[in-house]
Amino acid sequence: MTLLEAKPLAPAQPPSPGRLVDLFEYGLDAPICLTWELTYACNLSCVHCLSSSGRRDPRELSTDECKAVIDELERMQVFYVNIGGGEPTVRPDFWELVDYATAHKVGVKFSTNGIKITPEVARRLAASDYVDVQISLDGATAEVNDHVRGPGSYATAMRAMQNLADAGFTGFKISVVCTRQNIPQLDDFKAIADRLNAQLRLTRLRPSGRGADVWDELHPTAAQQRELYDWLVANGDNVLTGDSFFHLSAYGAALPGLNLCGAGRVVCLIDPIGDVYACPFAIHEEFLAGNVRSEGGFKKVWRDSELFTRLRKPQSGGACSSCPFFSTCKGGCMAAKFFTGLPLDGPDPECVRGFGEELLSQRDAASSIPKPDGDHSHRTERAQRKSTGPIALTLSVRGVERPPVSACAEDPLAGFSPAGPTHGANCSC
Amino acid sequence: MDIERAWDVHPQVSLRPEPFGAMLYHFGTRKLSFLKDRTLLSIVETLAVSPSVHAACKTVGVSDEDLPRFTAALEILERSAMLIERAS
Repeated sequence: MTLLEAKPLAPAQPPSPGRLVDLFEYGLDAPICLTWELTYACNLSCVHCLSSSGRRDPRELSTDECKAVIDELERMQVFYVNIGGGEPTVRPDFWELVDYATAHKVGVKFSTNGIKITPEVARRLAASDYVDVQISLDGATAEVNDHVRGPGSYATAMRAMQNLADAGFTGFKISVVCTRQNIPQLDDFKAIADRLNAQLRLTRLRPSGRGADVWDELHPTAAQQRELYDWLVANGDNVLTGDSFFHLSAYGAALPGLNLCGAGRVVCLIDPIGDVYACPFAIHEEFLAGNVRSEGGFKKVWRDSELFTRLRKPQSGGACSSCPFFSTCKGGCMAAKFFTGLPLDGPDPECVRGFGEELLSQRDAASSIPKPDGDHSHRTERAQRKSTGPIALTLSVRGVERPPVSACAEDPLAGFSPAGPTHGANCSC
Repeated sequence: MDIERAWDVHPQVSLRPEPFGAMLYHFGTRKLSFLKDRTLLSIVETLAVSPSVHAACKTVGVSDEDLPRFTAALEILERSAMLIERAS
């Protein structure tokens, strides 16, 4: 590759013996932060959705089950959860769960496309110290954003952010997944955040979920990765990254943040049906540690699962061990390697020295790329949004004496009730 | 930081012991900090019941020689609003 010749890379500082990150690699008694996807239901169909969201999973945790998880997080002293989805605010009990969590000293930061952030909701959110909001925006213009997130999604996000700003909510997050199309807009994103008194958060595009289908088209070029790194160094602590760019530290100094793969060590994911995965980008049975519904609950999964125990053992750098940048890059992102069909103990597909690209070109794509587990995508194609004008509806009121009879009811007398209500006429199919 | 005065953990801060020391999270600033050793954790936990920072250090057995090192660590916590001065 020409990258090394074009721009010599400065070796990173050797790790000092007492480095905190080295201790984190052995795991913590409880996660530092935890991502909890409350639902796979979503009003959008973003082409890069890492959880392939769209339709609700009928096995979703109930309100009471969610509250039991929150009770457990409180006992484990998990400071806050990152709630996402899907679009979490479409759950009818969403605000109830947020209130329950904050009342139990579990802070909440939730990610939303902004669909439910009305002026009234914004005012409520601004009044709480324990709730933080993160609005997803993948383009500083409607054109770039809507290409990925769907027609109308830019307007929805901008309206939600304006509502938050008007309500006096300062420091909410604007979360951007960095793509080939939006890297040229980094300054524009920063300007939007500054104008709204918000904080910019940039994260890495992962080939997870539907992201695997568009990764080749959307992931930043090598030159853009360098541009992104320089931009992040210049902006320092003012921009959050969710520690997602530690593979770029091989360009020079490490970026602010923990700079380690926290999967199963300091972070994990609880999905809508209670499955616990090593990280939000690794929804695949290979990274499934257990389920919160099982005996011992989340705590047992976190502390004793076979997978997490294995992830907390010293990892072999494999092909990367001899690289001078291994101490900071650590071979990059496990999920990015897995879903592009690369070996887990080798370079990241976006290795800044170009070793990942080399491997990608050699792999047998058809046979080696694992498919994500569970596709919750809407079954219909995403339609272009057009204004159709008002739709005439005829509203009528039906006298409700008893619940409607299911089409599956087998009882020959289903629906017939000479005296008193019917029973057993509903089914759950 | 005047170590002869009384300090405490900020009321919006939550503290969680860990094998390496402890983690602190400030719900107001949403910042996370780490205490890298157990002695520092003991000092922080003793602040609330001590008439001064100096007294808290003595209670947990910090020698005069080590005092500047721990004071420096406490000052870092003070700058990120994890600790707050209180009436003694």
